[in-house]
Amino acid sequence: MVNYFLSEEQQMIVDVARQITAEKIVPQRVELDEKEQFPTEILQDIAQADLFGLYIPEEYGGFGGGSFDMVLALEEFARGCVGVATSFAASALGAYPILISGSKELKQKYMPVIASGEKLAAFGLTEANAGSDASGIQTTAVLDGDEWVLNGTKQWITNAGDAKIYSVIAITDRSKGPRGASMFVVEDSDPGFSYGPKEKKLGIRASSTRELIFKDCRIPKDRLIGRQGTGFFTVMKTLDVSRPGIASLGVGLGQAALDEAVLYAKQRIQFGKPVMAFQAVQHILADMAIQLEASRALVYAAARHIDSGAKDVSKASSMCKVMATDMAMKVTTDAVQILAGHGYMREYPVEKMMRDAKILQIYEGTNQIQRNVIGQALNKEYSRS
Amino acid sequence: MKIIVCVKQVPDAKDVRLDPKTNTLAREGVESIMNPFDRHALEAAVVLKEQYGGTVTAITMGPPQAEETLRDAVACGADEGVLVSDRAFAGADTWATSYTLAKAVEKLGEFDLILCGKQAIDGDTAQVGPGLAQRLDIPYVAYARKITECVDGVIRLERLMDDGYDEIEMGMPALMTVVKEINEPRVPSLKGKMKAKKMQATVLTAADIGADPECLGLQGSTTQVVKVFSPQFSAERCMLTGTVDEQVDQLLVKLEELL
Ligand SMILES: Cc1cc2nc3c(=O)[nH]c(=O)nc-3n(C[C@H](O)[C@H](O)[C@H](O)COP(=O)(O)OP(=O)(O)OC[C@H]3O[C@@H](n4cnc5c(N)ncnc54)[C@H](O)[C@@H]3O)c2cc1C
Repeated sequence: MVNYFLSEEQQMIVDVARQITAEKIVPQRVELDEKEQFPTEILQDIAQADLFGLYIPEEYGGFGGGSFDMVLALEEFARGCVGVATSFAASALGAYPILISGSKELKQKYMPVIASGEKLAAFGLTEANAGSDASGIQTTAVLDGDEWVLNGTKQWITNAGDAKIYSVIAITDRSKGPRGASMFVVEDSDPGFSYGPKEKKLGIRASSTRELIFKDCRIPKDRLIGRQGTGFFTVMKTLDVSRPGIASLGVGLGQAALDEAVLYAKQRIQFGKPVMAFQAVQHILADMAIQLEASRALVYAAARHIDSGAKDVSKASSMCKVMATDMAMKVTTDAVQILAGHGYMREYPVEKMMRDAKILQIYEGTNQIQRNVIGQALNKEYSRS
Repeated sequence: MKIIVCVKQVPDAKDVRLDPKTNTLAREGVESIMNPFDRHALEAAVVLKEQYGGTVTAITMGPPQAEETLRDAVACGADEGVLVSDRAFAGADTWATSYTLAKAVEKLGEFDLILCGKQAIDGDTAQVGPGLAQRLDIPYVAYARKITECVDGVIRLERLMDDGYDEIEMGMPALMTVVKEINEPRVPSLKGKMKAKKMQATVLTAADIGADPECLGLQGSTTQVVKVFSPQFSAERCMLTGTVDEQVDQLLVKLEELL
């Protein structure tokens, strides 16, 4: 293993997350996947271990860590199950908007319960006509006296139905274009708020994905996150800090696939020797290891760059997301190739890994969109000089 | 409520070996862990603390390295660790160990409940818990599988039996040993680990606990290990036939041959 010079605290985060993965996640992942079951108990174990508060400031009951601390924990969880890790990560995605743009009162109200893991959060951006193109959102919020009234439907929202706290974006003034959207906190119990049925998915089946349905959903005026019209700004800032987390899911998953592939190649005998002895196999494994380590290094570097307080982090954040998640897709596919027939069977863990890998290239902005972000950043950088 | 949990550092069962010379467990190069049953006792204590308030003190008798186990206990929710350690304790059997622990517990002052694992996976005697209760002259229940309630100085619990379970009520202060069915131990928390790192265990020596030197260690032990070996099994099977009387006669002859 490459030495990344983790501090003592960071090593503790890794150790705690690794123990949860080994003792709680790995033994249950097959069942959770097959039954498409939400990992309520595992999330409670994670809460008990104080990890839900990793990125939340101490004054709100958190650990006061940063993007890098989250990356370390997520990588370990993803080695066990990306479905479980996604459920954990999505709560942070729901919390970031409040943390980034919310008032002190909103933070005081919601951060402590999210930090303790008592309540899960979720993030509602995507709609039927607004996938990559966030400007297509149609959900509206209209101020009526002391209340905002929300109407519309969000689709494919992770943790929907299981979370209690939702950060949701809606149009507050269509005439203002990009400055016409605002973010709100919606609670599970708010009137006029309901969920669609649970989606059936290719992978990450332990996570839950549903619609958020707002029908004259009334929420108090002070649930507005930040100023009116700053919705897209908050979304962009949120995704900037959360993307290294998705990237680290790719790293953890890639590591798990490599581990399985090497161990298998060492003990599978064909033509009188372990298949590991064939150079063709070794080279696949070597390429997996190279791409994995390069991705990890970039993800760690990007997360540390964000934690340094750098102003412009979109490019680094997008670069690590693309690299690590494309790697995860490639490496899990290669792992199935090395285990071959066994790899294709559900008895072995690599087919699930391959199914789970695909989502990483899609959610929190497809990898095509990430490349757009990187391209635009390059364009900007090179026009300055 | 003041709860004391007895924890023991044991060699990891994954690689248990005997030292052929000393007939004791080879500890060199073997990873040490907290006795798995004690983990369940600790979890039960921490759950009680969360429910009813109070403190959890982990206590261990062992060499200085046993402090690691106390750290582990603090990481999993104990408030403090007490290391009962002295060269004079070396070679103690369950008789001397329960004496030493009893002296240490007395030194710590008032308590409501002592929790132990049902047995340690190295010695496998299951004697220290009950022995400790006896020495402290408090009631005890072994093999607790569930704590139902703990109010007004009375603890209600279930004791695992071969053919079911007993429901028991016991006045406190008291001691109980637990089986693994009682709970699912938590993994250490981040805050717990940080606390554990800084923890300074209270160290109690033979002098600190005012122990009688005659009762300590090998000297105070009534058990002498003469030889430890793996028995050879050479079971023979034979069927007796005939009437019942004939069979009994044949059996008596066989038994006489063997004696
Ligand atoms: C399991 C799951 C969980 C999810 N969880 C959440 C959640 O919690 N919250 C939330 O808000 N959303 C969530 N999403 C939604 C997710 O973020 C979107 O699916 C994603 O942003 C892509 O949108 P789309 O699927 O509509 O693809 P589309 O935007 O329809 O894209 C179709 C294809 O066109 C490409 N494309 C589109 N525009 C461009 C362009 N300008 N340049 C180049 N290529 C382009 C895309 O890369 C893609 O290949 C989730 C989705 C899934 C499947």
